[in-house]
Amino acid sequence: MATILEKPGFNPDRQYKIVGTSPVKHDGFDKVTGRAKFAADAFLPGMLIGKVLRSPHPHAVLKSIDISKAAALPGVKAVITRDDFPEIKQGTGAGDMTRIAMAREKVYWEGHPVAAVAATSESIAKKALKLIDVHYEVLPHVIDPVEAMKPDAPILHDYMRTKGAKGPDAEKPTNVVERSVLAICDVDAGFAQADFIVEHTYDTKPMHQGYIELQSCIANYSDDGQVDLWCCTQAPWVYRDRLTEILKIDSSKIRIQQSELGGGFGGKTTFYLEPLSIVLSRKAKCPVKMTLTRSEVLRATGPVSGTQSTIKMGCKKDGTIVAVDSTLIFQTGPYTGSAFTNAPQAMLTRYELKNVRTVSYEVVSNRPKVSSFRAPCVPQVVFGVEDCVSELARKVGMDELDFRLKNAIVEGHKTIYGETFNRIGFVETLEAAKNCDHYKSPVPKGQGRGIATGFWFNRGGETTGTMNLAPDGTVNIILGTADVAGSRMSMSMMAAEEFGIPVDRVRSVLADTNSLGYNRVTAGSRTTFSSGMIVIDSARKIIAELCRRAAKIWNVPEEGVIFEDGHCRPASSNVGNFEPLSMKDIASKTTYTMGAIAGHSEMNVTGAGPGFAVHIVDVEVDKETGLTSVKRYTIVEDAGKAISPLQVEGQFQGAAVQGIGWALNEEYIFGDDGRLQNPGFLDYRMPVASDVPMIDTVIVEVPNPKHPYGLRGVGEVPLTPAMGAIGNAIGNAIGIRPRSLPMTPAKVLALMEAGAKAG
Amino acid sequence: MSELRYEAPDSVASAIKLLAAAGGPTRILAGGTDVIVQMEMDMIDPELLLDIKHIPGLREIKAENGGFRIGATVSGMEMMEHAALCATWPGLIDGVKLIGSIQVKGRATMAGNLCNASPGADSVPPLVTAGAIAHVVGPNGARDVPVEQIPVGPGKTSLTKGEIIESFFLPARARNSGDAYLRFTPRTEMDIAVVGVAVNLTLDTAGVCTAARVAIGAVAPTVLLVKECADALIGTKVDEAAIDKMAAAAAAACRPIDDKRGTKEFRIKMARVLAKRVAQKALERARHVA
Repeated sequence: MATILEKPGFNPDRQYKIVGTSPVKHDGFDKVTGRAKFAADAFLPGMLIGKVLRSPHPHAVLKSIDISKAAALPGVKAVITRDDFPEIKQGTGAGDMTRIAMAREKVYWEGHPVAAVAATSESIAKKALKLIDVHYEVLPHVIDPVEAMKPDAPILHDYMRTKGAKGPDAEKPTNVVERSVLAICDVDAGFAQADFIVEHTYDTKPMHQGYIELQSCIANYSDDGQVDLWCCTQAPWVYRDRLTEILKIDSSKIRIQQSELGGGFGGKTTFYLEPLSIVLSRKAKCPVKMTLTRSEVLRATGPVSGTQSTIKMGCKKDGTIVAVDSTLIFQTGPYTGSAFTNAPQAMLTRYELKNVRTVSYEVVSNRPKVSSFRAPCVPQVVFGVEDCVSELARKVGMDELDFRLKNAIVEGHKTIYGETFNRIGFVETLEAAKNCDHYKSPVPKGQGRGIATGFWFNRGGETTGTMNLAPDGTVNIILGTADVAGSRMSMSMMAAEEFGIPVDRVRSVLADTNSLGYNRVTAGSRTTFSSGMIVIDSARKIIAELCRRAAKIWNVPEEGVIFEDGHCRPASSNVGNFEPLSMKDIASKTTYTMGAIAGHSEMNVTGAGPGFAVHIVDVEVDKETGLTSVKRYTIVEDAGKAISPLQVEGQFQGAAVQGIGWALNEEYIFGDDGRLQNPGFLDYRMPVASDVPMIDTVIVEVPNPKHPYGLRGVGEVPLTPAMGAIGNAIGNAIGIRPRSLPMTPAKVLALMEAGAKAG
Repeated sequence: MSELRYEAPDSVASAIKLLAAAGGPTRILAGGTDVIVQMEMDMIDPELLLDIKHIPGLREIKAENGGFRIGATVSGMEMMEHAALCATWPGLIDGVKLIGSIQVKGRATMAGNLCNASPGADSVPPLVTAGAIAHVVGPNGARDVPVEQIPVGPGKTSLTKGEIIESFFLPARARNSGDAYLRFTPRTEMDIAVVGVAVNLTLDTAGVCTAARVAIGAVAPTVLLVKECADALIGTKVDEAAIDKMAAAAAAACRPIDDKRGTKEFRIKMARVLAKRVAQKALERARHVA
């Protein structure tokens, strides 16, 4: 179907009726009353419960698995191991995926699945797990990526050679997946012009996405080989295609229905239980439900990468940054896929830079494969970048925001990764930060203030959706992009805006994978932008069709009909003296015109508008305990156009809270045995409500010219500066900038003591 | 994994009988805020869950001999809502308030907090400094035990098979007394103490300390009742020098381990800082300043 929105045509003069308001979300009522159906709420008659046997060792050869005793236990309907999965070559994408789902040759982390059981009850399934006899040959392990790069480190994969490596070691087995260089111009020549140079090394830890809903699914494998799968996911179509690949089942035979999502943040872009439940269901000939425990989530699903980064930055006396040279090391778990190349591209983008070199390494080690998380791999490097920028500003003697303004990238300029920016709002965001109440207020006595900035590309991509007009004139939108943060409501609002009807006359629902064409994963802050394009396009198609029907009813030429405020009207009195036809008037009579009215759209959406943010944070540090309290926090960010300002604020605030957790406390703690010591929220310390102040927000609106309403993605940008801003605030409070996350009381106290000793 | 049996007796006598007759591991279910979590995490696998919430009389706070008797199934929130208890033992309430969330405190009991035998339990140091006595009943009759003798190590108590704590007795309070509890945690709440310190002291009319008890949590296998700390305060006006000496004694008494919640070195430092702060708070309460 042709796309009406080929030239989306942003109209700066458009007056909005619905867009820019914050109505109560249509999915909100069920969520606050507990009626919303999440994946674990699903139930099928005859359903079995599946449980996973996991490796207690972080690294071992899987010598043998004897399932005979477990299979013989009454109530056990199926036991599966590696033997139940098709063989796929190691070191390939699908080969890695099948081995993450179920270990084959070796186990690579504590918690790696080695078998799974389906039984009539959870307690029988758990009993059966204890009857499975696994013989391991335990190998030395390595958790830390820097350790894993050393010449004597245990090698995870004998077949691995470093992509991009040169020299004599390039042909040796290694844990370094890739060495990637991004370089423009000449950093040495750049540093030669510098009056001030700073260089530091930073350490950040892998971070759990912090979703509260545990992964859960039910698979029903029918006797004729059809698979129905209910699960919580940000990526139904991606799950389908990957399951197709590793289980060798036709795409058309796997139907995935996404449930309500109890938090994803990137963590639900990768499956864990789904292939196991399908294979168990096939073997047991019954539906199989599986749900992870919190301990399993923390031990056996992917956080985002931790990094070690060394950043050197130089500027002239006038504050112009002249060169940046960085080395970045990313931990990826046992398999590649950390999206680490985001970091060299995004870490510095917002500054006008001539000479840049970044050498990045992706390294395997014995912990779960990393997954995505809001702007994957970027905030952890910005933690260091924004320290260097602030330190240079102090050396030059400039206000920290003025220093950033001096170096800010503007429209028409080319980024270090090659994109030339269209209209962007970094300067406007910095200026809004300078003018906000927080920045203008003096720093309270005994506190430290930090600022930092961040950038995220924002994405588009393949998107499909459908819109149906009901006989009563109400509108139903069928979306394929998972709703991770209230996007259904934003879609309903955009449709209501197009039609000029109240938003309560529009509902959005989420489709299964058989009901729509391909939808790329909900990630990259793409959904409200991309599905929004689909919704506006579909609505405009319906409007065109309504005008056609009105023309038919009135027996006038199509161009004689216009549409406004939910009604078809004669374009002028010359057309005739007809009473306006409402959407209901036309929709209720489609039997007599040309049948039902629907709009449909599929696009590979381009033109996502980049986003920029400034964070301002005040902290107080207890000088005797090292405890940091966040006292005031303001986020200033360009949203392009806030469809629902309340939801945009929620995105900003949630990111700040996650940033506070990452900055101050969150950390996976491994023992010398390579086992996780804190597989629960008691000791994996996410912030609680009383740990965070009210997060203030300033929404800047510099429209994205590639979207009809000007919107930009807002989901990921607000995490990128968070730890940098908090680190800078602590640095200003105690006089020494922490460079290792999390900035725990013990670490901050040690810095203060070292500082006191040094005088 | 054994089949789980659940019993909810309606008298202490039948509870004791059921416990004494049980073949496998048993757990007493009061608030369940530790037991259920430990079962969920596969840390324990009891054969019998004995629910004592249905035993009449155990969920009461009563005045007794100038002090209080607190039943075993009284929840944290019920203690926090008892005005006379809060006014008399604010330090104990400091500890109770720090347990979990409001929802958790709505179920959690002090007896459970004590019998879970975690060295980091927040209600235990102030219970110890209050000189509380546990009333223990079992197949061989009843006995009164100072609370500090109940836990003997992480997860272990001195209770013998069939015994349960029926109630606690908090003694009558001397005039010009004050108690306080402070803990250190990286988060503001929903956390486990890295270190917790409780101080209970009594002043005479001249402001001289006549009695003191100081207990430290999370720095040894059980909560420590540190005599050297008390000695540093008794006979002084609890001035800065006395408090410093007490804090130094607190740091010296610590025998912590390095673990995921803190290093030995950090815990000892925190014990000293908290000891000073909490002594000041107890002193203010004894002087009726706070």
